[in-house]
Amino acid sequence: MDKVAIRAPLTASPAGGGARGRGLQGFLLQSPAIMLLLVWSVVPLLMTLWYSLRNYNLVDPTRQGFAGISNYWYLLTDPDFLTSLENTAILVGGVLAISVGLGTLLAVLYNEEFAGRGIARILVISPFFIMPTVAALLWKNLMLHPIYGVYSAMMRAVGLTPVDWLSRYPLATLVMIVAWEWLPFAVLILLTAIQSLDTEQKEAARMDGAGMVAQFINITLPHLSRAITVVIMIETIFLLTVFAEISVTTAGGPGVASTNLAFLIYSRALLQFDVGGASAGGVVAIVVANIVAAFLLRAVARNLET
Amino acid sequence: MARTRTRLRQGVVTILGWAIALWMFFPILWMFLTGFKNEPDAISTPPHLFFSPTLSSYRDVFAREDYWHFATNSVVISVLATVVALLVSIPAAYAMAFLPGPRTRMTLLWMLSTRMLPPVGVLVPIYLLARATGLLDSRTGLIVIYMLTNLPITVWMLYTFFREVPVPILEAGRMDGATRWQEVTQVLMPLALPGIASTGLLSLILCWNETFWSLNLTSSIAAPLTTFIASFSSPEGLFFAKLSAASTLAVAPIMVFGWASQKQLVRGLTFGAVK
Repeated sequence: MDKVAIRAPLTASPAGGGARGRGLQGFLLQSPAIMLLLVWSVVPLLMTLWYSLRNYNLVDPTRQGFAGISNYWYLLTDPDFLTSLENTAILVGGVLAISVGLGTLLAVLYNEEFAGRGIARILVISPFFIMPTVAALLWKNLMLHPIYGVYSAMMRAVGLTPVDWLSRYPLATLVMIVAWEWLPFAVLILLTAIQSLDTEQKEAARMDGAGMVAQFINITLPHLSRAITVVIMIETIFLLTVFAEISVTTAGGPGVASTNLAFLIYSRALLQFDVGGASAGGVVAIVVANIVAAFLLRAVARNLET
Repeated sequence: MARTRTRLRQGVVTILGWAIALWMFFPILWMFLTGFKNEPDAISTPPHLFFSPTLSSYRDVFAREDYWHFATNSVVISVLATVVALLVSIPAAYAMAFLPGPRTRMTLLWMLSTRMLPPVGVLVPIYLLARATGLLDSRTGLIVIYMLTNLPITVWMLYTFFREVPVPILEAGRMDGATRWQEVTQVLMPLALPGIASTGLLSLILCWNETFWSLNLTSSIAAPLTTFIASFSSPEGLFFAKLSAASTLAVAPIMVFGWASQKQLVRGLTFGAVK
């Protein structure tokens, strides 16, 4: 795309007219979007904070009033909460490791010319467009079902005993399913970034006798570092709230073996009707996401300047 | 010698490229095929690679499952949320691109930051608000939420597209006495139409596939396809062929959209940080 136009300083004043009138007009044009987002981002947040400090159970109206930090205390000392934090970290970390690691290699692969590359690329990125409920049930039933699944049939064909993946290794299986959805995203972004790599530079390196691995480490990887950062941060934001995949496959179980923070908050709020406790969990989720968002915003802001 | 090595390398790349592509796509292909089986065929062990295709599962999905009800919800909710988001964000993006003030950059970044709020953090208040206002299990509720969650992305994308429109063209229009309204509708819009279209497309894809709010806020009346598919997760719902047919219908349109707009998607999804 036209980089020159994007790089023009943001303070340029292309439109004519008086500066003050322009400022007012600009403000009026932006205000609907700003007001909507202001309400959307502030009101629910304050409500979550408020509920998190109150005793509030939808099925037990007798317990009301200020709770202080007891919701937080109860949550933080609850072993289920710690398990859910751990599961969230494994889910996010596992999917990130697979999608960034494999994604980088696949981006390099699909940047090479070969017969039918265009179609192969489309096939690889397709899972990203599958809605999470379909992706989860597709894997749970058609692929991994211990009796009828294709993978079980393959295992039987080579003489192995099929495994009930979702009940034996619930979290690992979920990591696999979610990674299947997000690996294409990483490939899509990294492939785009790799295409902007200067081929002359690579050519020169090859002339100098640099091997494939040396080229990859010294030229491709540094060039991709920014795109990799972006992939990590955007995926983290979405992966922190993985919900549908868990809901339709394991429902957080067995026990809480595959319950992440999002699913824990959901079950506290909508299954146990504990509004206060769920809100405290919500606040924790927001704090975690904000730490990630701060880094992501800095990267985007840097891009606005260059 | 060198040529054989290049040939060999080419062969490895081709095989690897296709093998991985087919492996990634296999579940989708299998789903597509299973949709054309009858139920006994769908759960036969070992699975039948060859079978006599039938449309009975599709017929079932349309006749018994009230598919159109959910599909209509998906279409109405996604389209309306996208249209409203565009209507709100076009003026905002215009002002940010062409009438920037000292706070424009801050505003843009702040808008992005609202997108990074995890939905689960505000599940409780949104659920309670929706219940109190009667918006639980209503199309309006989801439309409003989808519009709000997509607003930062549409503003941001439109902003980057608008900034590529050469300013002299807009100025020429103004010299000829065009009002602001005419400038936007008759000069800017035609020039930025591809950008507006891909912004809308991304918003449609995101709305169509959204599952957190749809699963938590809808059950039947306003349930879109995401919720409908989730209903197959119950153990009694072990009808593989019907699940496959319904799933294929649910993902096909959006997958075609996605294929057609990969490039723009990258820009929209990374907020322009990767070009």
